[in-house]
Amino acid sequence: MSTYSASKTVALAQSAEEGAALSGRPLSLAVSFPAGGTGVFASLAWVGFGISCLWWPDIGDWTRTHQLAAAAFVIAGAIFLATVAGSRLGRFNAGLQRRAPWLLVSALFLTLWEAATAKFGWLPLPFFPPPQSIIEVYTDDLPKLLDSIIASVKLQLGGYVIGATVGFLTGVSIGWSRSVGYWVHPVLRFIGPLPATAWLPIAFFTFPSSWSASTFLIALATGFPVTVLTWSGVASVSNSYYDVARTLGAKPSFLVLKVAIPAALPHVFVGLFMGLGSSFAVLVVAEMIGVKAGLGWYLQWAQGWAAYANMYAALIVMSLLCSGAITLLFRTRDRLLIWQKGVVKW
Amino acid sequence: MVAHALAEAVTYPAVGASLDVERISHAFDIDGSVLPVLDDVNFSVKPGEFIALLGPSGCGKSTLLRLVAGLEAPRSGVLREDGDPVTGPFPSRVVVFQDPTLFPWRTVWNNVALGLEAQGILKSQRQRVDAALDLVGLSQFRNAYPHQLSGGMAQRVALARALVNDPKILILDEPLGKLDSLTRITMQAEIVALWQRKGFTTLLVTHDVEEALFLANRVIVFSDRPARIKADIAVDRPYPRHRGDPRLAELRRNILGLLGLDATW
Repeated sequence: MSTYSASKTVALAQSAEEGAALSGRPLSLAVSFPAGGTGVFASLAWVGFGISCLWWPDIGDWTRTHQLAAAAFVIAGAIFLATVAGSRLGRFNAGLQRRAPWLLVSALFLTLWEAATAKFGWLPLPFFPPPQSIIEVYTDDLPKLLDSIIASVKLQLGGYVIGATVGFLTGVSIGWSRSVGYWVHPVLRFIGPLPATAWLPIAFFTFPSSWSASTFLIALATGFPVTVLTWSGVASVSNSYYDVARTLGAKPSFLVLKVAIPAALPHVFVGLFMGLGSSFAVLVVAEMIGVKAGLGWYLQWAQGWAAYANMYAALIVMSLLCSGAITLLFRTRDRLLIWQKGVVKW
Repeated sequence: MVAHALAEAVTYPAVGASLDVERISHAFDIDGSVLPVLDDVNFSVKPGEFIALLGPSGCGKSTLLRLVAGLEAPRSGVLREDGDPVTGPFPSRVVVFQDPTLFPWRTVWNNVALGLEAQGILKSQRQRVDAALDLVGLSQFRNAYPHQLSGGMAQRVALARALVNDPKILILDEPLGKLDSLTRITMQAEIVALWQRKGFTTLLVTHDVEEALFLANRVIVFSDRPARIKADIAVDRPYPRHRGDPRLAELRRNILGLLGLDATW
């Protein structure tokens, strides 16, 4: 036993457990400031943003300017208090310290945006609405926006789950069985590379509803990358894993479920990630063209009414949703693939 | 030939199986041409014997092990375990490969449990996994993942994964080939201890003449490809053996001579 570096391995095991702590390491930029210094500056920058809302008169008619300024002051106060409270807030404080440079820069950006639109009109209206008009959308048009969000999430989720499931099963079958590969591979090569949006016109005619057509297209866009990556994952499993399992008495079902699939999972997640990206594109296009609900439809509708603030508001929501979906996928992967070292942190 | 009588006088525990290798020949098809790898190999192993297979690199020793494991079927000839022909892999004949080939997605414990799980008896036999981990001294690492282990530890886990099945024939395909020399020496002694304790029949492929002589009752020396048996040498020394034993040195000189490498001795 003494010939093995037991302590080193224990240390490694610990560092793997504390993998999350790695991403918690503060940036060197933040470290170079005195402790809490950036937090105070961030707080001041938010005060500055609030003042910029109130100091100059609006060049247009917006109802939420004062509320926006008040919100800026509240945020400034919260940052200041949290900075002063310092280490008493524990983990929250560490998170704040890490994000302080970002809080500072976003306040500066908002100030510039406010000045360039609502105050001096450097950017042409109405194409570049000020922050307060986007706030206005979130407060005054909330029901319609929420309906759109729910519709989009339902459509996306349904299509994605179907596509990912079918893609995964197809990928495993092609990777495992030569005869399935013989029949499915050419079909996959023929249909897969075609952008799912090219099917739009046909799909809207042939499916009973625009909703089912869109579900099909989203499933198609998801399914292709998931199939190919799952297949390549299963095909690239080292033969020695199978040899080991077979000498230990494994039956074919065990080889598929307990050897091929776990070994292929890292590839499968790459496929799921790619499928998610391309299915977002299909979702938005489908909603813009055929489905009478969802964020894509909301965007289209807002454009029709030249309601540019609504478009930006919807875009921001869409971006948060897409990013959230990818975060969720990566979290799931990190849980399932905890055995991998050096996975990308999203 | 060295005294066979002495080796036969040693009594073996009854756990191991006998192995008969009867006129085995094997070949590979490579791009349409046939490459013979084993040529009429014929020997038999008594229950509980420790046999080392020595030969030049690429001569077909490892292929012979794959045939014994049942991973491939020979072109001609029969292999018999306790008199019954070998038709496929079975957990009574377990292989430890040169690479540990642990499943990276399973913890150490779950890797060792693999055989019992595959045979569907894990639920009732969990203590066997703990016992196997104890046997190789890695109980504290039961929850570690393979990438957290050193090479020697990984190979011990592979050993535990084989031993948990209580094999009748343990097949070792250069299991220490990639380890550093200190770890090798430690593990050679451990393998002897495990073999003496458990009484399984052992088949070891190695390139290392010293290792073969330190571990085995019999050393079978193969020719270049296609492999034929050149010599079958009984190592008539009791265990635990001493690396400095002059008798082993003499056998080593003989064997290196058979392999055409005795110039430096």
